[in-house]
Amino acid sequence: MANLKITQLRKAYGDVEILKGIDLDINDHEFVVFVGPSGCGKSTLLRTIAGLEDVNSGHIYLDEHEITELAPAKRDLAMVFQSYALYPHMTVRKNMSFALDLAGVDKHSIDEKVKAAADILELTLLLDRKPKDLSGGQRQRVAIGRSIVRNPKIFLFDEPLSNLDAALRVQMRLELARLHRDLRATMIYVTHDQVEAMTLADKVVVLNQGQIEQVGAPIELYERPKNMFVAGFLGMPRMSFLDAKVKDVHSQSVDIELNNGTSLSLPIATQNLKSQSHVTLGIRPEHINLCEKESGDMQVTFDVAEHLGSDTYCYAKTHSGESLTIRENSETNVSAGESLGVRINTAKCHLFDQQGNAVGYAVDTEQ
Amino acid sequence: MSSHVSNHAKNSTHWMSRLLVMPSVSMLLLWMIIPLAMTLYFSTIQYNLLYPEDNAFVGFENYSYFIEDPGFWPGISNTLILVGSVLLITVVLGTLISVLVNTPFWGQGIVRILLISPFFIMPTVNALVWKNLLLHPVSGVFAHVWRFFGAEPVDWFAQYPLFSIIMIVSWQWLPFAILLLMTALQSLDQEQQEAARLDGAGIWSIFYHLTLPHLARPITVVIMIETIFLLSLFAEIFTTTGGGPGYETTNLAYLIYDQALLQYDVGMASAGGVVAVVLANIAAFFLIRAVGKSLTDHK
Amino acid sequence: MHLTLRHQKQLKTLVIGALAWGIALLLFFPIFWMLLTSFKTEIEAFSTPPSFLFTPTLENYLTINERSDYFHFAWNSVVVSVLSTLLGMLVAVPAAYSMAFFETKRTKSTLLWMLSTKMLPPVGVLVPIYLLVKDAGLLDTKAALIVIYTLINLPIMVWMIYTYFKEIPKDILEAARMDGATLLQEVTSVLLPMSKGGLASTILLSLILCWNEAFWSLNLTSSEAAPLTALVASYSSPEGLFWAKLSAVSTLACAPIIIIGWFSQKQLVRGLSFGAVK
Repeated sequence: MANLKITQLRKAYGDVEILKGIDLDINDHEFVVFVGPSGCGKSTLLRTIAGLEDVNSGHIYLDEHEITELAPAKRDLAMVFQSYALYPHMTVRKNMSFALDLAGVDKHSIDEKVKAAADILELTLLLDRKPKDLSGGQRQRVAIGRSIVRNPKIFLFDEPLSNLDAALRVQMRLELARLHRDLRATMIYVTHDQVEAMTLADKVVVLNQGQIEQVGAPIELYERPKNMFVAGFLGMPRMSFLDAKVKDVHSQSVDIELNNGTSLSLPIATQNLKSQSHVTLGIRPEHINLCEKESGDMQVTFDVAEHLGSDTYCYAKTHSGESLTIRENSETNVSAGESLGVRINTAKCHLFDQQGNAVGYAVDTEQ
Repeated sequence: MSSHVSNHAKNSTHWMSRLLVMPSVSMLLLWMIIPLAMTLYFSTIQYNLLYPEDNAFVGFENYSYFIEDPGFWPGISNTLILVGSVLLITVVLGTLISVLVNTPFWGQGIVRILLISPFFIMPTVNALVWKNLLLHPVSGVFAHVWRFFGAEPVDWFAQYPLFSIIMIVSWQWLPFAILLLMTALQSLDQEQQEAARLDGAGIWSIFYHLTLPHLARPITVVIMIETIFLLSLFAEIFTTTGGGPGYETTNLAYLIYDQALLQYDVGMASAGGVVAVVLANIAAFFLIRAVGKSLTDHK
Repeated sequence: MHLTLRHQKQLKTLVIGALAWGIALLLFFPIFWMLLTSFKTEIEAFSTPPSFLFTPTLENYLTINERSDYFHFAWNSVVVSVLSTLLGMLVAVPAAYSMAFFETKRTKSTLLWMLSTKMLPPVGVLVPIYLLVKDAGLLDTKAALIVIYTLINLPIMVWMIYTYFKEIPKDILEAARMDGATLLQEVTSVLLPMSKGGLASTILLSLILCWNEAFWSLNLTSSEAAPLTALVASYSSPEGLFWAKLSAVSTLACAPIIIIGWFSQKQLVRGLSFGAVK
């Protein structure tokens, strides 16, 4: 069992508040990812859970026991650091067994545990090397192995893949996913990489300026972001935002007018909007399509096209000068300055009020 | 409640970190304050070891005697000349020599070891060997060399006393500069130099625009450490010239020593000590402001 | 005649090599000459022109030991240097640890203040220290020298160790804490092994400075606790009469520290440079 509960956690360095009252529940076996831009407090939150930072107020409970003031070693958690933090003067074997040695576990079971962890991570042949003789990926594995042998209640990862090159990062990502499946352990993982967040997490926690913006399953956050920050942070390329004005609110839809004069009717049910109020329309690149100049919802001028082989990302400007990103298939061929029409999938559009909060979600019309 | 406890935890690390620094700080504080206070007190009383019972308060009399002492102004100027010349010689020659031995040649390792050896020699040995074996007007090696070229041998410590002291002190500290600068040069970016060469930079502009800026930090370290040791230079003067002839090689350190232990006038020596401490503090103030900042800035 | 690029390069290397060797030999000459003279008879030491070819003799070394008991002085030097260094490390390591890993607003100014105590000229406080040592009955004792050497080297030692500790990533100490290490275990099984090289170079520099210190040793000792610096100084009085013996005693006094210095020049420079040289 490993349930973590955090209530009203606050942390400040001098006058600078890093965590502004965090409430969070993490359940047994969950893979939870903290994601957010740099400086959002995600690493600090992880370090307060680890006990490496003390908090100003608030509580952390692990399985109903308060651990807020407990020394790191007594919390039964293991951490994988961004820099790996391997002990440079110890062999891989010693690095992995260090915690057990300190705890006074008997030699025989230490050997067994180290061996088992080395097997899982394919480190068996490297056990007698020093960290400096290992590649980046191998070091990463040793750091993970060091956590595994302790069989902790929760694994903590602080941006563990950020020092690896792109290919290795993909490989280690898959291995981490496999490891989580095999160990059935509770894991908390900090990253600024939304791909890692989307692919690894059971539950994503989006942080911004010391506060939690939204918590949920990756797909839920992607499809139903609570606010513009979450909507813009998740998704590559970013969601496009266009300013608009509400013209009419019906029971099952909202009519809006964009800055360039285009009128759209969105199948969103909401009571919270008033006519004439300012709103922002959010559209993901995959929900816009190119079409003939005259037949679309509006016209745009092309700026740059990126051909990725599988897809083409087209960056365009509306007539009122706002940016729009469109994802098309690989055969698409447009040139800079060309004018074309676009068709917007209104059933997939997001609408945010003046405070940036989502005003309700699209009524699923395709069903 | 919890905030109270965490403050307590913070205080305990605070408390422990202070406890660990305390021995060093308190030892140094005592080492500084007690003798200084005693020196200040002695400097205001009449205190001669020959007449120890007569200890009347004399105010600033000792100071005025010390400043009017014929050795005072020579002492100040000799101290400045000594520190300045040795710094100049060791930094300039040290830079040139370390740049020279930075390019690979046969026997580079041995050359480096030979170059740094004088740094490990005791100041007293340094002074004695130079005074007797090398600079002796009759049988010294220099005299032989002079005679070999048909010149009249020079009586170094009699004719050029301060210059001789500067020479032997530079000999001792030049290796220190070489040692530091040589090691610093090894981390000079090779690609940067190659890029500069492709840009058409000559030896001089590479030296001026790349090498020197790279050496700026180690050079400040050389200057700081050498100044600390040179300001209170004593053993070399004590063993060679004894401050003479006249006051020609008397620096402040030697002048105070002379008064305290040779003339038994503790009161005046203490006044001198206070003056020296004040001067050293002025030097320290400027040095630490210039150097300390760059040293404590960690990347 | 045109030199090819390769020949030009070879010539350059040759000239640089010759120049470097010339300077190195010139700078080393006094030491070499001292060594050479120590194996001469007193008459050969004085001869004009100087003799390079002679039958080496160990006579000087034997006389020195008979006349002034070299090992008594050497033992004093060893005891004072080693104990003062140990004491210094004992005080400096905790201070440096605290400054490097629990840095406060005052840490930097404390470090600079420590260094500034080195700027106080020893002569300025000679009389009080002399009187204090005398009143404590410690004149001409090794204990007095040990304590004073520790005090004068402490600022540099703290600073050097601080620089080394700063290079150790905080992560690794935190990892040890997560692994369940107590403060003592964290220091002994992670911090100290990782900074072995730095500590070694600090110890070395302290040994060199203690071994060569010639102000307090000359003023506070006379015979019982006198180290090698005092022995050498005692040979300066009979003006130039015993050059060969002077050379022998100087050689004996400097040899240990020169040899240690040669073997550890790399370590030494990293420590001395306060992190200015990587």
